[in-house]
Amino acid sequence: MRSSGSGWGQPGAVPGWVGYALLPILNLAVAFALSGLVILVIGENPVDVLALMLSEALGYPEAIGYTLYYATDYIFTGLAVAIAFHCGLFNIGGEGQAYLGGLGAGLVALALTGWPWPVVALLAILASALFGAAWAFVPAWLQARRGSHIVITTIMFNFIAASLMTWLLVDVLIRPGSQSPETREFDPGLWLPSMERALGWVGVTIPASPLNLSFLWALACCVLFQIFLRHTRWGYELRTVGRNERAAVYAGISPSRNIVIAMLLSGALAGFVGVNEILGVQHRIILNFTGGVGFVGIAVALMGRNHPVGIVLAALLFGVLAQGGGQVSFEYPTINRELVMVIQGLVILFAGAMENLFKQPIEALFRRRATPAADSGRG
Amino acid sequence: MEDALLLVLQLLGATIRVATPLVLAAFAGLYCERAGVVDIGLEGKMLAGAFFAAAAASATGNPWLGLLAAIAAGVALALVHGFACVTHHGNQVVSGMAINILVAGLAPSLAYAWFQQGGQTPQLPSSARLPSVELPGGEALSGVPVLGAVWRELIDGTNILIWVTLALVAATHWVLYRSRFGLRLRAVGENPAAVETAGISVTRLRYQALIVTGVLTGMAGAYLSTGHGAGFVRDMTAGKGYLALAALIFGKWRPGPALFACLLFAFTDAVQVRLQGVPLPGIGVIPVQFIQAIPYLLTVLLLAGFVGKAIAPKASGIPYVKER
Repeated sequence: MRSSGSGWGQPGAVPGWVGYALLPILNLAVAFALSGLVILVIGENPVDVLALMLSEALGYPEAIGYTLYYATDYIFTGLAVAIAFHCGLFNIGGEGQAYLGGLGAGLVALALTGWPWPVVALLAILASALFGAAWAFVPAWLQARRGSHIVITTIMFNFIAASLMTWLLVDVLIRPGSQSPETREFDPGLWLPSMERALGWVGVTIPASPLNLSFLWALACCVLFQIFLRHTRWGYELRTVGRNERAAVYAGISPSRNIVIAMLLSGALAGFVGVNEILGVQHRIILNFTGGVGFVGIAVALMGRNHPVGIVLAALLFGVLAQGGGQVSFEYPTINRELVMVIQGLVILFAGAMENLFKQPIEALFRRRATPAADSGRG
Repeated sequence: MEDALLLVLQLLGATIRVATPLVLAAFAGLYCERAGVVDIGLEGKMLAGAFFAAAAASATGNPWLGLLAAIAAGVALALVHGFACVTHHGNQVVSGMAINILVAGLAPSLAYAWFQQGGQTPQLPSSARLPSVELPGGEALSGVPVLGAVWRELIDGTNILIWVTLALVAATHWVLYRSRFGLRLRAVGENPAAVETAGISVTRLRYQALIVTGVLTGMAGAYLSTGHGAGFVRDMTAGKGYLALAALIFGKWRPGPALFACLLFAFTDAVQVRLQGVPLPGIGVIPVQFIQAIPYLLTVLLLAGFVGKAIAPKASGIPYVKER
């Protein structure tokens, strides 16, 4: 009844692409149709707005650079949510973990003025992973040992992270004599090179955009993610706990150990957002640089079916939304940036929570077409 | 002495005002979670209630129409949650999260488009806000030492929704433990198959619970924007929906303890406001950001189970798929 192919002893009656391509596309279509309705209520033409959104996100090379820059953040947070999901955990704390990751990367950059950038980049990656993982550790430990609801504790840690960072930036790390709560700018020699500069070394010219080398690190993380999860013992244990905790116990796998491991990895992945944002783009620690990436990560992981390839594709989609939505708000006086959140919410609702909306009718359609004889024979 | 009494009474008054939306939201969560539907979308429903209450009150000048609009918005979103989770067996946490993000975008977007005030609604005049209840007897009691102050600070001039909330707390206890609906509600959260066997529709019961949830979250939102405040501002719930959920868990999904947990959070908040910028003996002035984080830290500490393990309704979070 649950699995797609095995109903009534007819394995493979529903082709695989229905599950991972057709249904998500249908759900996306509904989400966008409803988004169009909201734009209509606001008083603009939805087709024009969505078309502008697309062309401003993909229409010219600079725009593509921006879209990929946003996608970089979403790949990190999408992987973060996905690895927790594989262990049966719901990490809503990506936001706070990314925030702290940025603190780690920033502190390294502030401390190592004059060092060569590759060393700084490496240490910043380590530091952001460490800070992000540390922020995930307390909720993880409380879930593993005390059974505290990880959804609530990670949300609370987002709020606590916001307070902590505001205090650090207002009272401690603020550039002396400055009014705005941010640190001094890092030494330009240790900024993470932008993609424009990096490709310039090999003779390729692209227009300037915030896209930087952390995009490559994000892709590398996708590969590492898959290797860890599918080809190592630790990944196997982690997935076993996620699938069936009792079975894991009988197999000698410790659920609490794996819960902590999954959350540490999740926090580290979310922390890498800090490398992209702080070391690659802002070049100083600022307030609220995360801007909801942790929550978008949930949507990305859900849409990507917790698989790296899917996550990259979903991250691209949300990159288009972020970049295109931002540009649309400049063009239309009645639309502001929050419209992007409306679309995100609808996409999560339809691609995540209502993923079964069309499942039964579509699968029934395919079964009928595949085995007309079996059906008539049973009736 | 007189000052100390006044301080205590002011703290208690602030506690009650802050606690009201928390209690409404927590009791909203109580209904659907006891029926087996986890709802982390309390936050979003409250925010929607706050926006639509302020928008309707601002457009019509009538706070009651605002309240009605808030309730309608809450119920509509609760039904969306039900459609995703009860009808289509979707993931309840994902659906709740989606609703939170949707409303966090929708409310300021609509406010921006409709009122052109940067994502807020216009400041409401007092005639468009939910009224306070002026009680007689304040004159007569004003001379009485303690009672007069209590009457003045705590009881007289309390917003009408606070009284309604008080009544709802009592009613909820009765409904949950003394009525047939309550018995079925609790049963469906523990063992939906047994309820179905008894010939009662699980789907129907869960939808009924969700409608109550929608009504209560709508009221909580209306209180924020038209009772306590005077208009909708961006992100005005500020995590209250999550705190209410935490209070519910801390209260082990029972009305009395959940009420107590809400009052505790609200009291922390009232103290928090008082502590800002005040030097403490031996510590000095605590940075305001830490003080503001106290309710969240307290939540984590409480959920850490240092007060006993919380056991959720057995079927909560699990979609019920009818056997064929």
